[in-house]
Amino acid sequence: MTHGFRAVRGGVAADLDADEAAVLRSMAALMLDLVEPPEPQDDLAAMVGIGASSEKPDDPVLARLFPDAYSDDGEAAGDFRRYTEDDLRRHKRDNAQAVLAALPKGGGRVTLDLGDAHAWLKTLNDVRLTLGTRLGLDEDTYDAYQRGTLRPEPQDAARLAVYDWLGGLQETLVDALFGAGPARD
Amino acid sequence: MTTAPVELERPATEEDVRPDLPWVTIVWNDPINLMSYVTYVFQTVFGYSRRKAHALMLDVHHKGRAVVSSGTREEMERDVTILHEYGLWATLKHDT
Repeated sequence: MTHGFRAVRGGVAADLDADEAAVLRSMAALMLDLVEPPEPQDDLAAMVGIGASSEKPDDPVLARLFPDAYSDDGEAAGDFRRYTEDDLRRHKRDNAQAVLAALPKGGGRVTLDLGDAHAWLKTLNDVRLTLGTRLGLDEDTYDAYQRGTLRPEPQDAARLAVYDWLGGLQETLVDALFGAGPARD
Repeated sequence: MTTAPVELERPATEEDVRPDLPWVTIVWNDPINLMSYVTYVFQTVFGYSRRKAHALMLDVHHKGRAVVSSGTREEMERDVTILHEYGLWATLKHDT
């Protein structure tokens, strides 16, 4: 990786090469597809902002991105989901679009104010949650991958490489934000 | 832009539970979220000090979950919503 993010006046900045920008573009586009809400079941529900589904998604990735808010009360979890999941999908989509909008074609310097930096931070995390869940990562398997005692299946190798790189990039963004934002010591 | 951390008026106890406001927000451990990121989120969302946010993150990591805030049901639903925006695995419940 190049050097990742650093704090600058008013926000954070990073210099991305063409390959890095291409990976981020591809991953942000993947998030846009993933969080696209299903078509509302009727116009009134759409108008008043109530999502159609109260069911936890079957796909483990979507279940991780949109978790139940109540762990021991299925009815409350369903109600909460029906009233809030569309907003959460919209929030994640807006964040991914902010990433796409700020990415320089072919690489270059990205400068973000604190608002956009948070959109990037959340999208990087959403992508890592997506890749990590698809990889079935837990702490033991990830340690084993890192030590080289476990080798990824061929179809997982690219996912794992992107996951690692995004983790490093996100770490620099968190460090830069600790230096730039209101969240200081 | 403020440069000082925003401290909410909440007691600085370990579990931060107010007995008169018995709903709590719980964050569960997951193997994917970076430890520094979780600390940053606690500090940003709740206005906790770096030290307190770090201690809460370690609680989540070592004990599998931790209570991160308490209040009315509406307040906890708001906290859970914001934590879900950040990708943390958060739930709320009535603290019995």
